[in-house]
Amino acid sequence: MTKKITITIDGQKIETEEGRNLVTVAQEKGIFIPSLCYYEHIDPPLGTCRVCTCNINGRPGPACMAKTAEGMEVEVYKPELENTRKAIVEMMFSEGNHFCPACEKSGNCDLQHMGYEMGVAHSRFPHLFKDRLIDFNPKRMVIEHNRCVKCRRCVEEVLTDDKKQVFSFQNRGNETVVGIDYVQEAKLSEAQALAAMNICPTGAILVRGKSMAKPFGDRRFDMTSVRKEEPKIFAQMTKGNDSFEKKTIATISLAGCFGCHMSMLDIDLGLLDLIELVDFDKSPLNDIKEFSKNCDIGLIEGGCCNSENIEVLREFRKKCDLLVTVGECAIWGGLPAMRNTIPLGECLEEAYLNCLTCETGEYIIPHGEELPKILDKVYACNEIVEIDYHIPGCPPTANHIWKAVKNLLWGEQFSILYSEFKYD
Amino acid sequence: MGTENNLQPKKRTELLNCLWAFQNQHGYIRDEDVAACSQALGMSQVEIEGVLSFYHFFHRQPAGQFTIYLNNSIISECKGFERVKEAFEKETGATFGGLDPSRQFGLFETACIGLSDQEPACLINFYPFTNLNTLKVKSIIAQLKQGADPADICDEVPDNLRHVPQADKAIYFRPYHPGAALQKLKDFSPESLIEEITRSKISGMGGAFYPTGKKWELCRQQPASPKYIACNADEGEPGTFKDRVIMNALPGLMLEGMIIAGYAVGSAHGIIYLRAEYTWLKPKLDMAIDQFYRMNLLGKNVAGINGFDFDIHIQLGAGSYVCGQETAMLNSMEGKRGEPRTRQFFPTEKGYLGLPTVVNNVETFCAAARALELGADYFLNTGHPDFPGTKVLSISGDCRLPGIYEIEWGTSVKEVLELCQADDPHFIQLSGPSGECISMKEIDRKIMKGDLPCGGSFMIFNKHRDLLDIMMNFTEFFKSESCGVCTPCRAGNFIVQRKLEKIAKGLAYTTDFDDLREWGKIMRMTSRCGLGKAATQSLLMALDKFPDYFNSKVDNQKEGLNKEFDLDRAVAEYERFTN
Ligand code: SF4
Ligand code: SF4
Ligand code: SF4
Ligand code: FES
Repeated sequence: MTKKITITIDGQKIETEEGRNLVTVAQEKGIFIPSLCYYEHIDPPLGTCRVCTCNINGRPGPACMAKTAEGMEVEVYKPELENTRKAIVEMMFSEGNHFCPACEKSGNCDLQHMGYEMGVAHSRFPHLFKDRLIDFNPKRMVIEHNRCVKCRRCVEEVLTDDKKQVFSFQNRGNETVVGIDYVQEAKLSEAQALAAMNICPTGAILVRGKSMAKPFGDRRFDMTSVRKEEPKIFAQMTKGNDSFEKKTIATISLAGCFGCHMSMLDIDLGLLDLIELVDFDKSPLNDIKEFSKNCDIGLIEGGCCNSENIEVLREFRKKCDLLVTVGECAIWGGLPAMRNTIPLGECLEEAYLNCLTCETGEYIIPHGEELPKILDKVYACNEIVEIDYHIPGCPPTANHIWKAVKNLLWGEQFSILYSEFKYD
Repeated sequence: MGTENNLQPKKRTELLNCLWAFQNQHGYIRDEDVAACSQALGMSQVEIEGVLSFYHFFHRQPAGQFTIYLNNSIISECKGFERVKEAFEKETGATFGGLDPSRQFGLFETACIGLSDQEPACLINFYPFTNLNTLKVKSIIAQLKQGADPADICDEVPDNLRHVPQADKAIYFRPYHPGAALQKLKDFSPESLIEEITRSKISGMGGAFYPTGKKWELCRQQPASPKYIACNADEGEPGTFKDRVIMNALPGLMLEGMIIAGYAVGSAHGIIYLRAEYTWLKPKLDMAIDQFYRMNLLGKNVAGINGFDFDIHIQLGAGSYVCGQETAMLNSMEGKRGEPRTRQFFPTEKGYLGLPTVVNNVETFCAAARALELGADYFLNTGHPDFPGTKVLSISGDCRLPGIYEIEWGTSVKEVLELCQADDPHFIQLSGPSGECISMKEIDRKIMKGDLPCGGSFMIFNKHRDLLDIMMNFTEFFKSESCGVCTPCRAGNFIVQRKLEKIAKGLAYTTDFDDLREWGKIMRMTSRCGLGKAATQSLLMALDKFPDYFNSKVDNQKEGLNKEFDLDRAVAEYERFTN
């Protein structure tokens, strides 16, 4: 006998029963409250991630921990709250080491999904690049500590038949990791192991041989938003003007792979329009090596891994009115930043002195006047210069690049579809 | 293995004690000890490891015949921490975080050990050594090398009781006769006792100020049993040491408070959760407990009241600040990781082992005992009309008379500064790092709920102390003491620390301060418990109250589209490798 009650979410009256979970109730009514650690079957809810922060009866708190009660007033979509929830997701990206393009879970990952839904193009927080291990010891699983968001689902839910924990938090503070018990893990059945992998919202728990995601396009969060109304990310800034003067664009690939430049070429027929309307100045696309004048837009691929990158990036900042980072590497370091958790010395030794093809004593670490110097870590472009706009993806979709460039040049309103916003 | 089997825990609640026993026996917890606990409790090893790795006094590697914990709190830092640290390294041949080659000495840093009135201080095998300097360190290490026992050469810790209100206003520090309060117990029914406590307006002295009478009443009404009385003797807020002094000077008063609470709510079991930093106080408490049993103030038919049985035992913590948070403490008492619980239930409803539990701190129990002894009217006659009673302050830092001050609520900051002879105060950190930062413009404000509520820590800093250093010390503290369960606190403190490092390097812009404000607010809004909510509070206050200082940290000329970047530093490692 559950009591019928009425609650209000963002002004909308909702009839439901007393004592139900707020996130679930909202979801049934088509109101999306972001959540990550919340898992219907765990009671009481874990309340660890804080992604679901809403105002509940006027006070900020996690929606997943709230039970419906008569007269409850909930605010979900208020700019301050949206910003706060977004910040929490950004914190997770900054805290872990999330290289989505190289992740088995990409496309099926709840963290990534939250990033897409909220339009997290870059993190306002510095990436911490804490060195973390990958645990290959368990018989059947691999634990990727770089990706764990400490949601605690596995700790609570993954038990052996004799009710022993397979996972448990170890240490505390920012040293907290999820530890796995090798003995207990070996006792899990295949199905239980797979269930553990699936309960993990990120790619931290993998079962060997079973972890590869489905092909692109078939994965859970690839193409469509869970929201009734698809989120649209509008360019926050429109510095362009509507004069018909021909505009100039410069592009560069710093510590990147040229994948983003390939994606620029993927604009396809748009490219034909584009060259009608703009001139390309310094760019690998036309092999012009020096700036000939000030440009309207600079598109930057890649982060900064050596002293030359820094110089070039600074020159771009001076010469371009608007600077846009294109792709994950430029935005926060991307795949080259995998080295950021390892001391530079070790990287150099591994690459030049101890690698398989090296003969002892025969190789040296390249250096010389004419060579740029390697930085202690890969820096995101916005650590070096101000960046005006970020286009995420590895590489970004051609559509996103094209829409953004058009907007920046002519101030056209534009919106990015869910399926055009990607980290991989 | 014969003897070791005796150490095996029979119940989960004994886990911490067992881990202590193993560690005391071998100097660290060995693989086989973990296995033994896991076997005995039917838990997986990873869960045992999870518990022990939460507490920083548990070691999984040998920690030396002499394990030295040097306090790295801000007061210690001000009083010469760095020099003392160097001296320890020089004399022992070990570096902090590890052992010397002969494995005789292990050096570790630890957060505040409750000796802020005599810093720098350290614990050696959990015995206190205070007022350290280079010479003293040299002599201590020399003695240890010659086979001295730390128990014999440790310092006598003075109480430094500096101020008590005039005779008819003092509550805590006044003559104490064991049993004085309990004698009166038989005149009260549980209901009338709670009535008396409520009338005296006692509230939680930890800083939350929850009315004690109300808390007891909530617990009394619970149908579930047994019920528990838990005494929070885990004062970990840096700069606090009042409970140390109260337990040293008035252990019986605290016990009486617990017994009274037991009578009021219908509980027969009291547990004192004592922080491991105060292990050296445990014999004193044990003695007091023994004496109470002998005087029939504990045990069966306590204080001659038929059918009222009460016993008290001590549970030692193992090094974790967040365990001072009541639900974290309950988890720790149950032999779990000391993570705060979610706020589904009050401990009075579901506390220790899921049963109704009253959690109060040392000072509150003492106040309750005095309320019974002296009567509620006495209380109402002290302190501020709106907020009666007195408060025990732990004063440390830049003043001539650091120590313990019992003041009436409503005393102004200025009066306190005069009492402790602070000649050149520049700012005051009230209630520890998670409290408030007070500038000299505010010294007429009153210490009491409604103006400046205070948990007990009162740290004074003069002009020569660098505000940024202090804030960085606090941030490091929160970063390492966060339980790690929720995102904003676990990651947030780490992120804030990076930002402060950037400011310290001189690479900051005014926008970096705006970032700190925004981020601090997000942490406050979203953190799961008080630690994360309060972690950036002082920093944000300092930004507002000392704008000139922080503005001096940025050079506004630099601001432009190209950011400050230290290229030389960034290529230094490469240069080193290729030269
Ligand atoms: S897909 Fe998810 S778990 Fe994998 S790297 Fe990206 S955010 Fe992290
Ligand atoms: S391993 Fe996965 S399920 Fe476990 S805490 Fe980490 S993110 Fe959550
Ligand atoms: S705020 Fe969160 S991480 Fe910090 S101590 Fe509390 S529960 Fe733990
Ligand atoms: S979903 Fe609510 S705190 Fe994680």
